[in-house]
Amino acid sequence: MVPVSCSSPAPGRLGRPALVSAALLGLAALALSACGAEDPLADGGDDDAGAEGGALVVGSQQYYSNTIIAELYAQRLEAGGHEVDRQFDIGQREVYMPELEAGDIDVFPEYAGNLLQYVDAEAEASDLEEILAGLEQSLPEGISALEPAEATDQDSFVVTAEFAQEHQLRSVGDLANVDEDLRIAANSEFETRPYGPEGLQEVYGVEVTLVPVEDSGGPLTVQALLDGDVQVADIYSADPAIEENGLVMLEDPEDLVLPQNILPLVSDSVGDDAAALIEEVTAELTQEELNGLNAVSVDDQASAADVAADWLAEKGLDEA
Amino acid sequence: MDWALANLPRILSLTVDHLLLSLPAVAAAFLLALPLGRVADRLGRLREPLLGSAGLLYAIPSLPLFIVLPILIGTGVRDALNVIVALTLFGLALMVRSAADAFGAVSQDVRLAAVAVGQSRWGAFLTVELPLAGPALLAGLRVVSVSTISLVSVSAVLGVASLGSLFTDGFQRGIVPSIAAGIIMTVLLAVVVDLLLVGLGRLAMPWQRTQARRAGS
Amino acid sequence: MTHLMEALQWVLSAESWAGPGGLGVRTAEHLWYTLLALVLSTAIALPAGLVIGHTGRGRALAVLSTGAARALPTLGIITLAGLAVGIGLKAPMIAFVVLAVPSIIAGAYSGVEAVDRRVVDAARAQGLSPWQVLVTVEVPLGLRLILGGVRLATLQVIATATLAAYVGAGGLGRPLFLGLRNHDYAMMLGASLVVIAVAILVDALFIAALRILRRIPGIH
Repeated sequence: MVPVSCSSPAPGRLGRPALVSAALLGLAALALSACGAEDPLADGGDDDAGAEGGALVVGSQQYYSNTIIAELYAQRLEAGGHEVDRQFDIGQREVYMPELEAGDIDVFPEYAGNLLQYVDAEAEASDLEEILAGLEQSLPEGISALEPAEATDQDSFVVTAEFAQEHQLRSVGDLANVDEDLRIAANSEFETRPYGPEGLQEVYGVEVTLVPVEDSGGPLTVQALLDGDVQVADIYSADPAIEENGLVMLEDPEDLVLPQNILPLVSDSVGDDAAALIEEVTAELTQEELNGLNAVSVDDQASAADVAADWLAEKGLDEA
Repeated sequence: MDWALANLPRILSLTVDHLLLSLPAVAAAFLLALPLGRVADRLGRLREPLLGSAGLLYAIPSLPLFIVLPILIGTGVRDALNVIVALTLFGLALMVRSAADAFGAVSQDVRLAAVAVGQSRWGAFLTVELPLAGPALLAGLRVVSVSTISLVSVSAVLGVASLGSLFTDGFQRGIVPSIAAGIIMTVLLAVVVDLLLVGLGRLAMPWQRTQARRAGS
Repeated sequence: MTHLMEALQWVLSAESWAGPGGLGVRTAEHLWYTLLALVLSTAIALPAGLVIGHTGRGRALAVLSTGAARALPTLGIITLAGLAVGIGLKAPMIAFVVLAVPSIIAGAYSGVEAVDRRVVDAARAQGLSPWQVLVTVEVPLGLRLILGGVRLATLQVIATATLAAYVGAGGLGRPLFLGLRNHDYAMMLGASLVVIAVAILVDALFIAALRILRRIPGIH
């Protein structure tokens, strides 16, 4: 099959004078970077990502639930006669927001609170109304938010039922009374989020150490919690795993984590009729429906497109 | 298996994405390595430092290179071109050394003989050196193609679609068949491309087969 | 250019190196993972490679499987192993060993094979047992290629160990992922520079070791 090793990358022949090599490499890097662009994250995505030919570019985060919602928007738009270009599974807000600003993406399912904290780090909103007011002010030109859905999907602090019972935990603040080292599993960006270790310390006096697991509160995070490798996990509130494993979501009376209602973010290329189509989806997206969509995705392991198509058909939104 | 069947269209379209990222990179690495390897082979004292630094390119972790490269070449992070250029660099790290060794193995006598019978330097390179270095070049190309096809998947972490998307998605939703399908398809793709390269090599170097048969008998 | 300067500034500032999550600890973790992966994979691959090289048996199989193993995508192995064994060091370690083994096996058998058969035959004629032939003749004479395989594997593991942070372990992947997720170029680029520097330094150590070994008579 692949008799590669007979011609393997020459073990032992990578070259001798490492210092000269290193110097050459360094020089090359310097020479190359001198002619570089300033902010590579700011200039668009794929070459074909632009909103040319009237196709609306729908994007999504690299998070299955977000991709399902994006797929709902996309299929609803298609049913309404729009051409759609899907640009799914884009890393984090830091990557796709510049593309939205540049007009390379037109529609993106967002989460109200996190979005506000991204566009305005100083924002002091605590409920949905204040968040929307804040967004109105702070969203960059050319981007606007449509009506938010009832459904939210937010970072939440989750513990096992036994752990909650053992330490009598109801709210996040109760964690301060637990006298063992608290390890929390979350994506690495948790470290610098307002509700991260610093925020927890400031608002609730709770000290935690981050164990980064890059699955956005997915199965590995849940497993780490169940195995006792971590005591707390950051799991999205609409994750079906919380119910399935009898996990306890700690209350957040101080609103450390802002309400994260699903919010369609659109560019100026999205006209009134397209916006109306998206809002038809929003209107149906209750908490129960979102949890249901996520559960179908994880349990049936179906693709986002199939999950979305079934749901839209059920709601009668699959036809113009 | 059920999962793979139900998701076959997605798997196949990601396989095509995977190929579209890896094949241009393999081809570019090969074509660029030919002149670089030939020149490096003749540099005397500079040969080893140059080849050594090319080899060290391979030590750059792939993920940061995918992210850092846009700073250097001015593309977007999710731009396919960004991934292709990064993969080309990794391919070069392996291929320049192979090419230099392949040309180095062509005996000086043969080369001089070609010039002596009136071949121009270019003519000698194209009709004598290149064919003689062919088998070793092909061997190097095959290593590059396998390692490139395996490397592509990391770009999925950045949101560039490839078979690696089956890893990131399967990881989040806990779908083992998705990850398994990604691994199997990657290996399968590497094998198929490898077989194609061997076939192309046979077409381009028909004398190799007769030689092998003679050596075998 | 500005990004590179900022990254250098970040790498060179004392603040980045201090503390439990600083570059000092992360670099130490990174080196520790690399060492552990190499010890494990050498323990598996070196004997296998030497035996294949010495006996010539299983060579075709070794060529086939190391070739196919090279095509295994590390991200896939890490995520698969992660789902199977949970967070921590186990999953990345499995992936690093899978990554390192083919290079070490290939280096080992090609090193032994590259030894002049006449020398081996002469050793046999002197009445050395197969074991003695391997230890006193084939390994010392093939050492350059054998260590070359280990060296290549080391570089591969150092470069790939950043992925450990994907499934809850530490290493230089931590600042790298954090920088990636937070759009913090200085941190991300800086962490990459440290990884590259570590690779170059470790490689230089290998070169120095090979030089010293070459001075010892009977070793090539």
